[in-house]
Amino acid sequence: MRNFDSAIIKDKCQLYGLVTLRVLIGWHFLYEGISKLINPYWSSAAYLLDSKWLLSGLATTIVSNPTLLGISDYVNMWGLTLVGASLLLGLFSRFGTLAGMVLVLLYYLFAPPLLGLEYARPGEGSYLIVNKNLIEACALWVIYLFPTSHIIGLDRFCVKPKSN
Amino acid sequence: MSDQTNQQNKPNLERRELIKSLATVPVFGLFLVNLWRKMRRDALKKSNLLSDLIQEKSAPAVISGLSDSRHLNLGIIGYGGRGSHLIRGAGFATKGWTDTVSENARKNKLDKQFKTYMTQEDLNCSLVGVCDLFDVRAEQAIDASKNETRPGAKPKSTAVRYRHYTELLANDDIDAVIVATPDHWHSRITIDAAKAGKHVYCEKGLTRTFDEAVKVYDTVKETGIKLQLGHQNRQVEANEKAKNIIDQGLLGPINLIEIATNRNSPWGAWVWDIHPQGNAKTIDWDTFQEPCSNKIPWGDGKEALRRFFRWRCWFDYGTGLSGDLFSHDFDAINQIMEIGIPKYASSTGGIYYYTKERNPEYDRDVPDVWNATFEYPDKNLTLLYSATLSSNNPRGNRIMGHDASMQMGGQSGGGSVHGFVVTADSESTQYKDRLKSGIINPNYPIYTYSPGSKQVDGVTSATSRYFANKGLLYTYREGKRVDPTHLHIKDWLDSIRNDGTPKCNVEVAFHEAVTCAMATESYKTGRRVEWDPINRKLI
Repeated sequence: MRNFDSAIIKDKCQLYGLVTLRVLIGWHFLYEGISKLINPYWSSAAYLLDSKWLLSGLATTIVSNPTLLGISDYVNMWGLTLVGASLLLGLFSRFGTLAGMVLVLLYYLFAPPLLGLEYARPGEGSYLIVNKNLIEACALWVIYLFPTSHIIGLDRFCVKPKSN
Repeated sequence: MSDQTNQQNKPNLERRELIKSLATVPVFGLFLVNLWRKMRRDALKKSNLLSDLIQEKSAPAVISGLSDSRHLNLGIIGYGGRGSHLIRGAGFATKGWTDTVSENARKNKLDKQFKTYMTQEDLNCSLVGVCDLFDVRAEQAIDASKNETRPGAKPKSTAVRYRHYTELLANDDIDAVIVATPDHWHSRITIDAAKAGKHVYCEKGLTRTFDEAVKVYDTVKETGIKLQLGHQNRQVEANEKAKNIIDQGLLGPINLIEIATNRNSPWGAWVWDIHPQGNAKTIDWDTFQEPCSNKIPWGDGKEALRRFFRWRCWFDYGTGLSGDLFSHDFDAINQIMEIGIPKYASSTGGIYYYTKERNPEYDRDVPDVWNATFEYPDKNLTLLYSATLSSNNPRGNRIMGHDASMQMGGQSGGGSVHGFVVTADSESTQYKDRLKSGIINPNYPIYTYSPGSKQVDGVTSATSRYFANKGLLYTYREGKRVDPTHLHIKDWLDSIRNDGTPKCNVEVAFHEAVTCAMATESYKTGRRVEWDPINRKLI
């Protein structure tokens, strides 16, 4: 039992810890996505309008173009939902993890809590440079480096572990 | 032996394999169970609370098509700032304006003003006559009448300028007139137009005095013309939703309404620009003050120019906050709650910020801080209005009921520019059980109306935002942004064509005019004014 196919995962505790992290992030993504899907009035516009720093120009372009805004809304709603399901079930988790990282990093980059940047929308915490988006992106990076879905997850049907 | 053991272990291994593969599926199931429970709980909350309104919310009002497309010829009397907006609502804008707003849209992708104008409905009318006492504005109106950059077909004719409104009214080809002069001309022009058989769109306030209001009302009733008063809030979807909620008794007994105006700029206090081309040759000053008892000689032109371009600052031509801004909020409340004319009105105020000592350009005799109280004893209701032109505090309007309160306006951001929220009262009788069970939390709204929440607006200036918050610049139909002024003009033209009743017809216009006149009278005399509905008199 000590030799997992991912040689870097050394024991059960590490495995369970990583799986728990994957499942919790998956749960969070899944509900974020579904809550947007079931709300007919949700739009990414409010978040994008409050964008500061490097990507604020891109945000304005997206918001001012109904087609781009529609695509942005669609990508967010379905992206979050599918990434969430992927992480939670452990299905195509490598892709899910990467896509999730890109999404939360974009959320960070569209509105980073840097010195001198003030946001109109109310925040639910106090942040200086590091916020929950950045931490979640890093957590997904860890999950990407230490994959677990082929040990515990539906990916196991697709990839046969070397030993068990 | 080893093979046998392996074969015995195989099912075990396969089972373990399966368990590991499906280990997180129960978590997914747990997620779905909780999601279903949450959705069910939310749905229950909504159906318990405002089910009819939620259904209504998903089916917003639609713009009705023109049922009879008879071409109408319009005349405009008074083509100033407001007059030009009204004429744009009819589909005619100057080339200067269309060039500027299309350039703005090019520079700022969020600026939708040009798109909103170009996508408004072609109302099948022509601007054929214009009367303005300032040459520059009269020329602008003619330019607007023939500008091909407009919604719909190319203009059919070019407007003719008339020096005096009576000449315009004598043109039998003109079916209807828009009156956007200073208030001291409203009653005279409206009465003469009605007698000439022209339908009238008159800007608010309907009249400057009580006596004028009675005369206008009687003439419109006698002649049977279609009068639309310029309260475009009558077209604002949020007000219709608010009316639905109140009509269903969701706020409970309502005993107090607070409405307010806040502005904080010289422009907001009517210190408008004096046009550089304004002089004794380009302005017909004598005709401008023809109805006034207090005649001001042209002299060196300084005072005359101030009065001509900033007429709202003097009681000779208007009624200050009463007719300009209170009238809008009063009419919105009258639209939502049908409160009509109050029994008593009293008002106080003063010129506290825009004094001549602070800046000679602030010259005026109307107050810049003004508070008025209106009593409706038969409705157990008090309406409070308070206004300041030296603070931008976004108070909004509040309708306070025993069971819930409605906060209107004062919201911005994310495209939600003129919605409202309803919040239950912690001591409500109607919601007592739901408050106790936690279905309703008095700290959170039980209903929020945010029109166009999926839309984005480029409403930027403080003044634009003031009007937008009041719902006077934009409203939404099927999620599409529409200028309520356009809808209001359309409503008037539809009524003319179909023999219908305009939304801000002479009955509600009379309510507005009398209520404003009562408050103005109270401010001027320092006493409480009473309305005698039997004898149609102010006591």
